[in-house]
Amino acid sequence: MRIVVDLNRCQGYAQCVYLAHEVFRLNGQEALTYEPNPDDERRLQVERAAAACPVQAIVIARVDGAEGIATS
Amino acid sequence: MTLRATVAELVREFRASGRIVIVGASLAGLRAAETLREEGFTGSLTIIGDEPYEPYDRPPLSKQVLKGWVPADHTKLPRMREVDADWRLGVAATGLDRATKRVRLADGEQVPYDRLLIATGTRARQWPNPTEAALQGVHTIRSRDDAEQLQKALAESPSRVVVIGAGFIGSEVASVCRELGIPVTVVERGSAPLVGALGGVIGEIAAQMQRDHGVDLRCGLGVSSLEGDSGGHVRRAHLSDGTAVDADVVVASLGSIRNVEWLEGSGLAAGFWGVGCDAGGRVFDINGVVTDSIYVAGDVARAPHVLYEYQFLAMEHWDNAVFGAEVAAHNMVNLEPHYHPHLLLPGFWSGQFGVNIKSVGVPPFGDEIVFTQGSVQERRFAAAYGHRGRIVAAVTFDHGKWLEYYGKLIERSGPFPPPPPGWDQPPDMKPMPAEFPDPRVPTAVPDVVLTGHAPSERTAEFRPRRH
Repeated sequence: MRIVVDLNRCQGYAQCVYLAHEVFRLNGQEALTYEPNPDDERRLQVERAAAACPVQAIVIARVDGAEGIATS
Repeated sequence: MTLRATVAELVREFRASGRIVIVGASLAGLRAAETLREEGFTGSLTIIGDEPYEPYDRPPLSKQVLKGWVPADHTKLPRMREVDADWRLGVAATGLDRATKRVRLADGEQVPYDRLLIATGTRARQWPNPTEAALQGVHTIRSRDDAEQLQKALAESPSRVVVIGAGFIGSEVASVCRELGIPVTVVERGSAPLVGALGGVIGEIAAQMQRDHGVDLRCGLGVSSLEGDSGGHVRRAHLSDGTAVDADVVVASLGSIRNVEWLEGSGLAAGFWGVGCDAGGRVFDINGVVTDSIYVAGDVARAPHVLYEYQFLAMEHWDNAVFGAEVAAHNMVNLEPHYHPHLLLPGFWSGQFGVNIKSVGVPPFGDEIVFTQGSVQERRFAAAYGHRGRIVAAVTFDHGKWLEYYGKLIERSGPFPPPPPGWDQPPDMKPMPAEFPDPRVPTAVPDVVLTGHAPSERTAEFRPRRH
């Protein structure tokens, strides 16, 4: 699955770190880093983390994968 | 049929079967494509990108990817909806012919458009000496490939890394090096790190932060040359004070260059500073006249901002790419008076040395600064920037929750110094000069000159400065 965190919006509440610590980490007090491409088995955790984010900064892909991308 | 009905019919027809081309397949290009489909555009959509990859996110590249936690190919952007586009990846756009409405590609092909979105962004400024830049171990960081290569180099435990330039990217690289236990020297021409973005007062705090984490920080100095060994691998950096630093990895973080060269000769207001456009993303031609069919979004766009005396601002910020793309895409398939304006309050973040640095507004627009919350000693604080008695920006170190408070004040043109937030106030709340570098130094930026006498022939012409 693919995710992106809007770090403009993120305020470091760390709810995501609490709910999915393999995917989200704090570097220091409030600098969030994350795995943008977590294993599908973490989907439930990530969805819970996204739901729990007080500022709704975690964006989860609504469609999976690429579609018909050809390289020249 | 009335004129109004005819126009409405044309818009319906364009939405149904028009041709839109997006040049640039990164965050702005992808979000624009998604928005176009969201807005009901069902015509043909072509997305052109010079890299062979589908759109990916860049901020993780200088942080979790460099550290080795996340592989570089894990940063593909999430898709919010199907965009049903003809993706032309791995081929650069090389020219624009507005008369025939075609984009020329590097492989010789020409792609016709009815409406065009320019989202070509920026690239890393390379080390200026090409022979030295070609040495093994000399890196820049902007793309996925760059990050992958630098990550590999850092994973081999280099004896020392030299970072040239202490802007946000350079500082983040230095931070990652220290987290990995790699000795690092940072050489910065200015008086302190981050000084261009946040001024000298904050720069001094950033400098102390780097030194506390064991960075060998050398400010007020340049790198005059890079020396390689017989095998073509970089070994040493010579500094402008005559000293030298031994290193086997050098990272040139010298800022960015806007990808506008392919627009040369197109007659658009495109150049060193980006592609000029109105607040709706509609590109200006070189005379300052708005075009009807060409739009721009993301790092390469440069639009007047109402909050900053209508100065043209190019914002290389993540949310500017997202919102700029959404606004441009909306306007591409709508008519006045239903255009949306891109009135974003700029904001960025940077994680370095375990501190979350965030800002809102345009700090270099300010000339004064005041610490309003927290403690500089503990590196947990908020500070506001002022210009002629009003607040124009704020910066926080590990105080991100308070940015919204300052953002609202800035949007309402609040007074400077700002009203105390009533919590966690430092003992001294006296404004002081923010110490941005003097903008009045001569530059090598090209001029635009006026030519012609009659109104029909009086047009602007681009004349590069030659020294």
